[in-house]
Parts: sequence; C-alpha cells; structure tokens
Amino acid sequence: MTDKPIITFENITKRFGKMVAVDNVSLTINEGEFFSLLGPSGCGKTTLLRMLAGFETPTEGRILIDGQDISNVPPNKRPVNMVFQSYAVFPHMTVADNVAYGLVVDKVAKVERDRRVDEALELVQLGGLGHRKPDQLSGGQRQRVALARALVKRPRVLLLDEPLSALDAKLREQMRTELCTLQEKVGITFIMVTHDQDEALALASRCAVMNRGVLQQVATPSDLYEFPNSRFVADFIGSVNLFEGVLAVDEPSHAVIRSPDLPVDIFLDHGVTGARGGAVWAAIRPEKIELHKKTGDEPPNLGDCPKGTNAVAGVIKHEAYLGGQSTYEVETLTPTGGGRRIKVHRSNLTRWDQEDFKLGETVWLCWHACSPAVLLS
Amino acid sequence: MEQSWKQAKAVFTAALGPPLVWLALFFLAPMAIVWAYSFGHNAGLTEIAISGTFANYARAIEPLYLKIFLKSAWVAGLTTGLCLVLGFPVALAITFASDKAKTWLLLLIMLPFWTNLLIRTYALIAVLRTEGYINQSLAWLWKGGSGFAALVGLQPLGDFQPLALLHNNFAVILGLVYVHLPFMVLPLYSALDRLDKSLLEASLDLGAGHMRTLFKVVVPLALPGIASGILITFIPALGAYLTPDLLGGPDSQMIANIIERQFKRANDWPFGAAMSFVLMYLTFIAIAIQALLAKRTPEAKG
Repeated sequence: MTDKPIITFENITKRFGKMVAVDNVSLTINEGEFFSLLGPSGCGKTTLLRMLAGFETPTEGRILIDGQDISNVPPNKRPVNMVFQSYAVFPHMTVADNVAYGLVVDKVAKVERDRRVDEALELVQLGGLGHRKPDQLSGGQRQRVALARALVKRPRVLLLDEPLSALDAKLREQMRTELCTLQEKVGITFIMVTHDQDEALALASRCAVMNRGVLQQVATPSDLYEFPNSRFVADFIGSVNLFEGVLAVDEPSHAVIRSPDLPVDIFLDHGVTGARGGAVWAAIRPEKIELHKKTGDEPPNLGDCPKGTNAVAGVIKHEAYLGGQSTYEVETLTPTGGGRRIKVHRSNLTRWDQEDFKLGETVWLCWHACSPAVLLS
Repeated sequence: MEQSWKQAKAVFTAALGPPLVWLALFFLAPMAIVWAYSFGHNAGLTEIAISGTFANYARAIEPLYLKIFLKSAWVAGLTTGLCLVLGFPVALAITFASDKAKTWLLLLIMLPFWTNLLIRTYALIAVLRTEGYINQSLAWLWKGGSGFAALVGLQPLGDFQPLALLHNNFAVILGLVYVHLPFMVLPLYSALDRLDKSLLEASLDLGAGHMRTLFKVVVPLALPGIASGILITFIPALGAYLTPDLLGGPDSQMIANIIERQFKRANDWPFGAAMSFVLMYLTFIAIAIQALLAKRTPEAKG
C-alpha cells in the first residue's frame, strides 16, 4: 500500500431539497486501500459512494480521481465500477454475458473478451457456470457475478454498496475473508459502504465513520475502537460504558475523572490534552472490565492505580451466555440505591467455569488505568 | 371459519353462483345462438333456418371480404405499432417522474377513458374537417405568408387549398391511435415501473450509454409488458367500428363496419354471424401467438 491519493473529496456537500445528506466532507483515499464508509442508515455514506460513481451530483465541492476533477464526467465514463446492494445482475443474460457486458461496451475483441470473462469468473470461483442464468444461482453466487462483472473492467476503484447485507450469517463470514483475499490478489482500491461495524472492522484497512452527513472520524479499525474521538464513534463501534464527569486532576503523567455515575474516581495513567474545562466522558469497553467474586470489603487492585479508584462493587442484574463469551449487566451499589448499570463481557476460557457468576450475585468490577478512553465531545 | 379459502367450498359456491348463471344466460347462450346462425340461411324476413351449411364461411373468405379482413389487420397492426412507438417514451417518462407528477400524468393518460368515445370522435372531426381548426390555422399562416411574399416583392402564394384530413385512411389511423394509446401506455408503464432501477445504473456503471441501456436492458426486461400492450391494443383496434365509421371514407371500411351492415341494412344475420366468428378466431390466434411468445421469451433471451 502506497500513500498515493487516488480519490479526494473536497468539501463535498449534497442537499436533497432542504435535507442535507452530506455535510462538507473532505476525505482522501489512497491507492490500494480497502476503505470503508461506516455509519447508521441515513448518515450519507451511500450518497457519498453514489456521487463517486456518478449517480448523484455534489451540490458543492469537487471529487478528484487521480487528481482529475470528475464532477462533469458521466457515470459511464468514470474509471470506477460498483457492486450494487441488490447486485443488479441482468436477469435476462447468462452469467458470462453479464460479465462480458462492460467489455462489449468497451469494444474488446471477442477472443480477448472471452479470455477475460473466464479469468474473472475463475477469480470469483464461478468457473464453469458462465452458461447459467442468474435465477439458477444462489444469492452468494449472484454477488460473485456482480463482483466479476465489475472487476473484469479493471477499474481504478471498486465500489461496494453494503456487499454482505443480503447474505446469511455463515456465508457473510466466508465472503468477508474472500473479499479480503480478492482485494489483495487484484490490488485494486476497494471502497465499501456498510452499516455493520464488524464488517468494517474485519475488512477495512481504514474506515470513515459518518453521522448525519458529517464525517466523525477517519482511522484504522483498531484506532477507531481503542481511540474513538467522540461519544458517537465510541458508541457506534462496538459496545461501551460511558461515564460523564469532570477532570478533577489533569497532570502530564496521570489524570482523574470524577463522575456522579460512579462512587469512585476513574484514574488514568496519562494526561488529557485539549480539555478546556466542562464535561468529559470516560469510555470503558465491556471486555476491559474484570469481574471478581466479592469475598470481602477490600476492593481488588490491579496495581496500576491508587487505592479507592477503578474498582466498584455491584450486583449482577442480567446475564447472557453467548457461547464464546458471556455478557453481564452489573448495577453499582450505592448508599442511596438505584446505581448505574455497567456492561461487562467475559470470555469463556474453560468449559467448566471455575468462577461461575450468577444472577443477583454481588461482585467487584475493576479495570486498568489505561483502559478508559477520554472523550471531549 | 374454515382453515383456508380453498376449503370454504360453500362460500365459494355462493359467491361464484350468481355471476356464473349471469354469464351463462347473457353471454354464452347468445354467443351460441349467433354461432348457430352462422351455419344457417335466411328462410324468411325474420326467420333463420339453421341448416348446418358452411356457405356463410365460404363467402366470408371470398377475396372481396378477405381483403377487408387483411386490411383491418393491417390498420390494427399499424395502429398498434404507432401506439408502441408513441407510448413507450411516455411510459418511460412517467416511470421516471417524481411520485407527485406520476399521479397526475397517469390521471392524464386515463382521462380520455372517462369521456364517451362518440364525443371524443366527434371532437376529432371538429379538429380535422375542412373548416376545422387545423385547416383554419394553416389558412391563417398561408395568408400571412402570402402577404409577406407580396411585401418583399415576390409572387403571392395563391389561394389556400385545405388539406383533406377527414374521411380517409389517415383520419382512421389517427383516430385509432388516439383512442388506443392509453391501452398501450398502461401495461408498458406497469412493466417499466416494476423494473429494478439499479439495473439501469449498473448498465451505466459498466460504461454503456443511455441508448444501449435502453435497448439491451430496458426493452428486453419490459418485453412481457410490451407483448401485453400490443395484444390489448391490437384486439380492440381490429374490431374497431365507430372510428372507421365516423372518420373513414368509402375505402376505409373495416371488418366491423361490414359485419354491422349484414346485421342491419343487408338483414343477412347468418353471414354477419359467420364473419363475426371469423373475426373472433383471428383474435384467438393473436392471443395464442402472444402466449407462445411469452412462453418462449425466458429461454429465447439467452
């Protein structure tokens, strides 16, 4: 992967009547990336993709491909191809004719065309099915036809609109791996729109998270998960416990967040940059919270925070066994009662759990000083 | 309640009975009588003897009448073709109109249905006749042009000769196209509206222009709609009576006009009946051809 920009969105805004679908988005995508546009439905990610394909025109701003402004280039003249959410495989043509469609348009000679169609079908593991009609294929196979049809044109960028949403869970997982392998094999830049965070995290080399037309954060999947820049991103990617509070201590080496939601302080092993007073939020992922049996009044200490911080007692109010892990909701014990519910995930490391946590049991929750992420918005 | 509608036989019988009786009494029975007439001959002024003769059918396919059958088929075919060429872009435009405009456009298409055919045809006469407003407008333009020619010193154009727009084959075709256009537009629209629009986007995305998309994707996928549009236009056009009667000239007789004459002026019911049934058989053939084509379409479009 090089850092050579291939797609640049410059201050793109798209309005449909009064509705702002995309709000002043600037974004650069590099050659060879598997880039993902992620966000809830209606966040503008599909509109952004459709503007890149040429099906929508930006109200303001420019889109560059390889440094060339493509604002006035119609969709059929753009060096990008799209895999549609519904696959849009032509039902009246055979698989081979579907794949050959774009090559016929380009007036590729018959011999060369047949060779490239075979190659593309081989690539998506549909070799030998060229004579079939789309209604004789499964959903997964139809999607492969759509992939082959787009890839055979050797586009600069391949656009994928919710590529896995119509597949069942098992097939989705398989297609995920295959998309990754495929991208490595063909070396084409992929841009994928999805509302499924797992899909984005598993596939993308970089993700852009959008909400209400605004770009929230652009980062690698692990940075998005571990270093979200806002409550929206922290909450949208994975599951999170958010504690609103104020910075009681803010030194270069450590900081303390005091939250009315918790009876104890949240201790951090780093200073907070950019805080200007006012509310801050501590975001702690459920799997970063440890569950311990409550055997006495002495809270467990993980050794990296002062006594009386990062540990809280609570009662298990909800429990779900999910196979690989169990999820719990623990209500903190407060003198006044009616504590705050905290989500905890725990891997099932052994077949017979040594420490079996039961509904209604009182437990200690504790976390490391490096676990909370501090959010300023 | 019964478990399913299929098992609710009593309900079905009760609901189906009256219409069935009605159809049998007032549709099947009269048809059977006319069919029987077609094998008879006039025994008196009002009496028809059903003798099992095929003479009426033999007469119906004599060159004189055969020519009129063929001509009717040709006129109906031309009407259908023109309706298709005119209706397809209209249906396409309605499909891609905004939801609000769609409602209004469809209403406009259906509006003529709510007006009596006779009134519409007489209105067309008012437009087309020698003193109709087409000829009047042309005369006005002619006069203006003539005056202009005189002004710049050229020879004046001479007297305006009104165009013969009425009482000829042109008027009949125009009238038939006007009357049957909605029959074509509606099935086309319903076929096009069902089309997955992302297929068109996919075609553009793969580099095809709008024309190629139209002929390689839209038309093939709209074929069932086109076929039913053709059939639903061709059949009534083939049996058209009022339009050729009012708008046509002496040489624009269609088969329905001939049949009418047998029943009324010629008072030859057996011959009229025979010709009616020949027309009906032609219709059946058209339906059969369409059904055959519809069956073959999925494989043929490889």
